[in-house]
Amino acid sequence: MNAVFEGIGASVRRKEDLRFISGRGNYTDDINRPNQAHAIIKRSDRPHARIISIDTAAARAAAGVVAVFTHVEIEADALGGVPCGWQIHSKDGTPMAEPMHPILASGKVRHVGDPIAVVIAETRQQARDAAELLEIEFEDLPAIASVRDAIRPGASQIHDGVADNTCFDWHIGDKAIVDAAFARAHRTVKLDLTNNRLVPNAMEPRAAIGEFDAMSQDYTLYTTSQNPHVIRLLMGAFVLHLPEHRLRVVAPDVGGGFGSKIYHYAEEAIVTWSAGKLKRPVKWTCDRTEAFLSDAHGRDHDSTAEMALDAQGNFLALRVATIANMGAYLSTFAPAVPTYLSATLLAGVYKTPAIYAEVRAVFTNTVPVDAYRGAGRPESTFLLERLMDVIAAEIGMDRIALRRQNFIPADAFPYQTPVALQYDSGDYQTTLTSALKAADWDGFPARRAKAAARGRLRGIGCSTYVEACGIAPSKLVGQLGARAGLFEVAQVRVHPTGSVTVFTGTHSHGQGHETTFAQLIADQLGVAFKDVDVVHGDTNKIPFGMGTYGSRSLAVGGAAMVKAMDKIIAKGKKIAAHLMEASVEDIEFAAGKFSVAGTDKVKTIAEISLAAYVPHNYPIDEIEPGLEETAFYDPQNFTFPGGCHICEVEIDRETGHVEVINFTAVDDVGRVINPMIVEGQIQGGVAQGIGQALLEHAVYDSEAQLVSASFMDYQMPRAGDLPNISVGTETTLCTHNPLGVKGCGEVGAIGSPPAVINAVVDALRDYGVRHIDMPASPQKIWAIINANALPLAAE
Amino acid sequence: MYDFAYEKPSSLADAVASLKANLDSKALAGGQTFIPVLKQRLNKPSVVVDLAKLNLKGITVTPTTVTIGAMTTHGEIALSADIQKTLPALAHMASMIGDWQVRHRGTMGGSLANNDPSACYPSALLALDGTITTDRRTIKAEDFFQGMFTTALEDGELITSVSFPVPEKAAYTKFRNPASRYAMVGVFVAKFAAGVRVAITGASQSGVFRHTAFEHALSAHFAADAIKDIVTPANGLNSDIHASAPYRAHLIGVMTKRAVIEALS
Repeated sequence: MNAVFEGIGASVRRKEDLRFISGRGNYTDDINRPNQAHAIIKRSDRPHARIISIDTAAARAAAGVVAVFTHVEIEADALGGVPCGWQIHSKDGTPMAEPMHPILASGKVRHVGDPIAVVIAETRQQARDAAELLEIEFEDLPAIASVRDAIRPGASQIHDGVADNTCFDWHIGDKAIVDAAFARAHRTVKLDLTNNRLVPNAMEPRAAIGEFDAMSQDYTLYTTSQNPHVIRLLMGAFVLHLPEHRLRVVAPDVGGGFGSKIYHYAEEAIVTWSAGKLKRPVKWTCDRTEAFLSDAHGRDHDSTAEMALDAQGNFLALRVATIANMGAYLSTFAPAVPTYLSATLLAGVYKTPAIYAEVRAVFTNTVPVDAYRGAGRPESTFLLERLMDVIAAEIGMDRIALRRQNFIPADAFPYQTPVALQYDSGDYQTTLTSALKAADWDGFPARRAKAAARGRLRGIGCSTYVEACGIAPSKLVGQLGARAGLFEVAQVRVHPTGSVTVFTGTHSHGQGHETTFAQLIADQLGVAFKDVDVVHGDTNKIPFGMGTYGSRSLAVGGAAMVKAMDKIIAKGKKIAAHLMEASVEDIEFAAGKFSVAGTDKVKTIAEISLAAYVPHNYPIDEIEPGLEETAFYDPQNFTFPGGCHICEVEIDRETGHVEVINFTAVDDVGRVINPMIVEGQIQGGVAQGIGQALLEHAVYDSEAQLVSASFMDYQMPRAGDLPNISVGTETTLCTHNPLGVKGCGEVGAIGSPPAVINAVVDALRDYGVRHIDMPASPQKIWAIINANALPLAAE
Repeated sequence: MYDFAYEKPSSLADAVASLKANLDSKALAGGQTFIPVLKQRLNKPSVVVDLAKLNLKGITVTPTTVTIGAMTTHGEIALSADIQKTLPALAHMASMIGDWQVRHRGTMGGSLANNDPSACYPSALLALDGTITTDRRTIKAEDFFQGMFTTALEDGELITSVSFPVPEKAAYTKFRNPASRYAMVGVFVAKFAAGVRVAITGASQSGVFRHTAFEHALSAHFAADAIKDIVTPANGLNSDIHASAPYRAHLIGVMTKRAVIEALS
């Protein structure tokens, strides 16, 4: 038989795509439960106001209305607030300010979109009609949108007891050593920069259905989540006070998450709790405007970065101060983003010997901010890689040479950075060299000259980055403030005739897990790819799991599968030894076959599994029947993907429009299971990175109204905005997980933004531009060109 | 959306009667603006009168005039071989509206009646000195547009067709709003024997307008260079997160220059 290879390394087509592209996915909004009612959330249109009164009488009396709930019923039932999953301590050792985040606003509203009431009716239309009849009296308070305004003396206070609107004032690194290095530095280079606020905008808006079974007293929540077990834990234990065995959380097909569907949201608790009160299912589906006003936003950091250098261009020390916008409340992982997911990456790919970073997190009257594709690492990467180009320009050194000179060398791994992380592997010279070649860096001056002849400004930029994913050792993250473990779980069930179902605690919302994991199982157990099914997204089916984020599914979830398969193989060897009358030590397993060493005796895994489930001839005194194993895997370290991204742009100097001409990514993501899926993941990430660099911006006005609250004003990247994205890989293996994998989900969004901006700044080099904050919109570019008017040579 | 009654009359007279009879009634053409507005509950009509069965589709092209039925879609205009040959600037304009889904539903009559200040067609109608025919009269372009989202149409008056004189040369250039892809600045330049007309959409607080300074210069000398020293004042122009008024003023010059070059090519 000449079977097509479908194991590790094969670009197998995604088996889930037939379902998705033919409209046969099963998303939360596709689910309708018998006798379900529909919920509409009444949200604040005020950024900051005291609630004087809520009159629900007219809404309750409206046609079809089943119930109207406000904070009154929530408080009567003593429900908890939305919990935060990560606790940061300030420099002085005090824990972060953690104000109550009520699931329906109580006393005050703190951002436009803050939920105030839920109206539940027979139809969605009736609920919407009735919601308009709610009479809410407000007393407006001064509102704050920007972090700078939030910490201004005399600023309006958003939460009682939170002075200066400051959640925490944290630091990492050795300030004394860094200050000393600055004092003796040959020169220093300083850069102020902003990481623009983004709205994740998954294709599928959030939705949730709560259901209650009065006989069993069981609750079920169907929700658009990246991690159903985490939702069960957070909502059950902290908000609704339901034990795990009474609460099932199902995350069916989910149409994109990018981080925004990690978090526990108020609406999930509202529909679940309402279902119990009303004894009928309650469904809520977000519309797009609501998504802009209620999905956690991303980024929004203001930073100052300063590098101390010696006379040869060697980095001596880095000093960074960041103010991070938390929004109005703490979302699930918000405090971790600017701190342990960002400041710990400030060494980047460089051997900077001393680093000190301060992060002040502040509340504003904006939608809560949390992890979004990359989560903290895009922020540190943008800061470092912009700083590299500014340093190179100011000390008169080639920007590639500057990077190469300061790289952590390939033989220095494991490498301990001055900011907590220890990188296990990497080879930054190689990814850089490979990317320069793929992008024809050396041929750029000729291309620039040609573009100039056409009247266009051409620029090229690169970024060399490392990031941390595969989050992470539970013990370490616990020390850093995580309130949960971060292991992963796999259950591998070999069926009697040898087909396999794997149950994973990770969740696929576009990543292609049903294919990648099936390849992994097929490869390791030697069964056919088509005979492996992957099950995820249901707390009643999966033993446990921490979900999918931080590019962890393969590095952590896949490693758990390997552990479970190791147990399957070990048990299979015992069965095989019995069947073939050999010693267990003499049984070898390869390519789906158990064989007795040195003989031609062989049993396939299907024969072994049949024997395990039909144990007529079976070592029943030694082992149990069946062939199914569960493994929990807790990683020893983060994984550290890295690489080099190169972007080439042309600018229309009359309009300021930037066109991305070429984009080259050469990434080290460790071992690759499915190259096609990795390429797609990186291209998708780069698309979002180009989006951040050139197009996307969540703009609040000074009154804290979200101006870009729809696609009419918020510019998502479209196919036409993107060039061909060339993806290559250079591999060093992760040294501490069994597959040697690192993760590929976020590298595109992490490495690309500074490459784009570096290219834009390079294109404008004749205009004396030092830095451009994202997004580099046509208006912004034109303003630069206009302010530094050079003769328009083409005219 | 809010509940409303829906009617789909099969004669123009019935449609007009229906619109007249019902307070807060609205006509539905292609619905590419109106239906999103309804879905967001920004409009609460009592009756929606669907114009789809009124036989208002069709394109008639003579050497001097292009006449387009009000319910003709952008897609039909963009793909019409006759328009591509006789008035290619108009076909090109239609091809740049929205995406294919929008172009297959959205109509010229609907767009003109709505008079969105960022819509494309108003600039064509004004620059080409076109004429609107309604169920009761004809209206010259100059008289039709009366500020953003405001036209000379009376309550219940329906556009039946639009006719455009064929110019010697014409072109439309559009600098899209980066997010919405509507015109942030759209410029239609039309050269007739009697002179050049330049209409700008997307830029002004009061909707489409003629750029008389450019028209004088280009009528005297139809070349890109003719307008290079004319500064468009920024006052009265829109300013938003995507473009300040001075930037729009600048873009008007750039896009007009490009339209002239395209018209000459």
